[in-house]
Amino acid sequence: MAPPSVKQHVFAPWNDPDAKPLIRIEGVSKSFGDFSAVNKVDLDIYPGEFFSLLGASGCGKTTLLRMLAGFEIPSEGSISIDGVDMTDIPPYERPVNMMFQSYALFPHMTVEQNVAFGLKQDRMPKARIAERVKAVLDLVQMSSLAARKPQQLSGGQRQRVALARCLAKEPKVLLLDEPLAALDKKLREQTQLELVNIQDRVGITFVMVTHDQEEAMTMSARIGVMNAGSIEQVGTPVEIYEYPATTFVADFIGTANMFDGVVALDEQSHTVVDCQELDARLVVGHSSGVAVGAPVTVMVRPEKMMVQREPPEERVNCAHGVVSDIAYLGDISIYHVRLASGRKVQVALTNLRHTSEQRLTWDDEVYLTWHPANSLVLVQ
Amino acid sequence: MTNGLPLRPPHPQAPKMRASGGLRAFSRRWGRALVGLPPYAWLALFFLIPFLIVLKISFSETQAAVPPYQPLIGWAEDAVLQIRLNLGNYRYLFEDELYFDAYLNSLKIAGLSTLCCLLIGYPMAYAIARAPRTIRTPLLMLVVLPFWTSFLIRVYAWMGILKNEGLLNAFLLWTGLIDQPLQMLETDFAVYVGIVYSYLPFMVLPLYATLEKMDLSLLEAAADLGCRPFRAFRSVTLPLSIPGMIAGSMLVFIPAVGEFVIPDLLGGPDTLMIGRVLWSEFFDNRDWPVASAVAVAMLVLLVAPIMIFQHTQNKSGETS
Amino acid sequence: MKNRAIALYSALGFGYAFLYLPIVLLVIYSFNASRLVTVWGGVSTKWYGELLADEKILDAAWLSLKVAVLNATISTFLGTLAAVVLVRFRRFAGRTLFTGMITAPLVMPEIITGLAMLLLFVAMEQTFGWPAGRSMTTIVIAHVTFSLSFVTVVVQSRLAQMDVSLEEAAMDLGARPVKVFLVITLPIIAPALLAGWLLSFTLSIDDVVISSFVTGPGSTTLPIVIFSKVRLGVSPEINALASIVVAIVSIGILIFGIIVQRQEAERVRSLKTASDRG
Repeated sequence: MAPPSVKQHVFAPWNDPDAKPLIRIEGVSKSFGDFSAVNKVDLDIYPGEFFSLLGASGCGKTTLLRMLAGFEIPSEGSISIDGVDMTDIPPYERPVNMMFQSYALFPHMTVEQNVAFGLKQDRMPKARIAERVKAVLDLVQMSSLAARKPQQLSGGQRQRVALARCLAKEPKVLLLDEPLAALDKKLREQTQLELVNIQDRVGITFVMVTHDQEEAMTMSARIGVMNAGSIEQVGTPVEIYEYPATTFVADFIGTANMFDGVVALDEQSHTVVDCQELDARLVVGHSSGVAVGAPVTVMVRPEKMMVQREPPEERVNCAHGVVSDIAYLGDISIYHVRLASGRKVQVALTNLRHTSEQRLTWDDEVYLTWHPANSLVLVQ
Repeated sequence: MTNGLPLRPPHPQAPKMRASGGLRAFSRRWGRALVGLPPYAWLALFFLIPFLIVLKISFSETQAAVPPYQPLIGWAEDAVLQIRLNLGNYRYLFEDELYFDAYLNSLKIAGLSTLCCLLIGYPMAYAIARAPRTIRTPLLMLVVLPFWTSFLIRVYAWMGILKNEGLLNAFLLWTGLIDQPLQMLETDFAVYVGIVYSYLPFMVLPLYATLEKMDLSLLEAAADLGCRPFRAFRSVTLPLSIPGMIAGSMLVFIPAVGEFVIPDLLGGPDTLMIGRVLWSEFFDNRDWPVASAVAVAMLVLLVAPIMIFQHTQNKSGETS
Repeated sequence: MKNRAIALYSALGFGYAFLYLPIVLLVIYSFNASRLVTVWGGVSTKWYGELLADEKILDAAWLSLKVAVLNATISTFLGTLAAVVLVRFRRFAGRTLFTGMITAPLVMPEIITGLAMLLLFVAMEQTFGWPAGRSMTTIVIAHVTFSLSFVTVVVQSRLAQMDVSLEEAAMDLGARPVKVFLVITLPIIAPALLAGWLLSFTLSIDDVVISSFVTGPGSTTLPIVIFSKVRLGVSPEINALASIVVAIVSIGILIFGIIVQRQEAERVRSLKTASDRG
């Protein structure tokens, strides 16, 4: 899906043991009454990073973000920013600004007054406020509408003003709560790249909450996938997609075909899994690190499967079934293949040729194969 | 998601944080107390305590003095605390049929007036809600406008219309429908007219609110499924406007039951309403203890059920 | 379809006639030279002249105005605080009691509130010597006690509708809670405060029952004067007074309506520019 961006090769402080994290979240939990929204989260975020918290609604990502902003206080654990413990610091004294999902622009103030609001609270001299307001409005290309009221702006324009208002204070961290959710699809895609560019230019650490995996993968340096109050995995978009740590992540990001089996052999370079369901041996190109006989799941992405009509010579990394559904998406087609066990497997094929020349159709008997390097063992 | 000022729950597992977080919560609690105290104190002093006093006086005996009741708690000669609890006022309420009749009559008058308001108000609210969008607000304003003029004056206006030599009688005599003036003022009829007239806006407003909010595609769906307009009204619009009908009826019924001015000005000497009885016990008979007992009885039999009803209404509204 | 529309509009017409005819007749007869309602003695403004010469009525009107303004201001202040408490503070000791005390005055018959207030003032005077007798002070206290609930309800609904993230955003940008309230919350809920003020002003200037209980010699409000006159029968002077009240209210509503219309037009215009640019 997302190609590894150039930035990642030069910018990876999380791999540097000497790098100091800007935000340090240690053992943070938050419960509302009996409901535990966030459960023992540990997380380091580094200066200059664009970090996304990705998860379904109700997974605790927004609560975690609100704890960073200071609107919620952790029930347990601590959060420090730039080495300062934030526990006792109210929102209005934190070096952090938040962009709200609703943008929360003050309806009784003009664009200019909205952007100047935070600076006024810092008692900055008037001349400097004006200078700074102009600079950030230029940055988001909203200078021409500075005298408008929020009601007189379109959704995209409001989003820019909300961003400008946060940037004006030059926070150490900018928190974004579903910043693009209110925009329509086209505008959203365009704004994603713009936001990344702006982040690059200002060099502020961004922490974004989103439920949209494409958005997270396009924009972030690293993603933290959350589920039921816990962080399941933290990694670059490539790591999260290609090497998911858990079946949840594998399933949540993209589509995953999963086969259950037991380890037959575990070597330095590969693992062999016996899969009863497929009546085949599965060879995976990495060590699983678990004992022989342990139950595991083998995951293969739809686009990494190959389709052929003739049975392969060896029954290794192979599944056999019948095409039951075809979803034509233009650039690719998704074939749903029903196996003998009843399990449905998805295969994605690029439509290199015209559809009229498609070879596969409903009820065709097919064999699916894949390369050992393109599958992954997930320990249950 | 939550209010902007969350209260941090105490957490035994994090002793270090509890101490510091507690400090913050402490100062916040003081800030909140500062905001809440003025209205809280005002209502406690001027609303709660008065009712305790009413309760107290309802148990004391009348005496020709200032104030005209005996203290409930007194010191006898040998410095023994005496509490004279007198249930006589309540017994009196039960023995004299006047009070019970007045109570029932108040319910009857208020109930029938509410029904009339509903019958007049529903078509009005419906017509406004289905009028072109641009004129809805002005039409609604026209309904509310009389509310802002004096209530007393509006009731008074009917005196000139309903009295024997009033405008309505003159009109009826002129048309020849009657040849003797009808006695309309100082009858229950006049009281009904006065209540319906005064409280009609309170019925129209909530009805309008529910009818206007109603999703018109529901009616289209009903029509699409073969429902004729009147049936669609009966089986879709009417059931969906029940919350508005209840709200409007409460707004009319509650003040109507305790009404004093309307029966006093428009009603006859035999128009018994509980508010009027209380007034005359207090001002005419100067019997404060009995007036207090009437007030307590009204609270228990009238206000308490209404508050419980509203409470359950709100509760069911929240859950649905 | 056509018949239904006719039926609906005639119902509406009947309703408006019912609401306005009595007031119109009252205004017309205020110009009747004759003292009798049924006899038209020619157009005259003599009752207005008599009214304006009646010092008792003028004094009462002045007192009513003072009471109403004081009441509206105090109730709006206290009612707003109460609304903030109810909407923003989820849990606190005695919340149920507090909610009860806010809603009870809304359903309490005036006559009970009046009696209870008077008994309180009598008991207080006996115990503390204050308030000495009944006066404007006691009327204002009594009026605030019941108006405050109405203001609370109006402000509460507006406050509950307000996007909480506006307050959070202000706090996030460095404003302390008190400042957030003054600079962000208050301007946004201002229309509700105005509505609450006007409502409590009207409730106060209209009240006769509660005032009758807690008034004392020398502090007679306008409704009390009207009530005592009207109880004796129809009086042309009161017709004139009623007409003046109707005139004042109509002008007020007219101005208010024009302002609302202008704001609405402004809003529509600004929405249009937004969609043009968007």
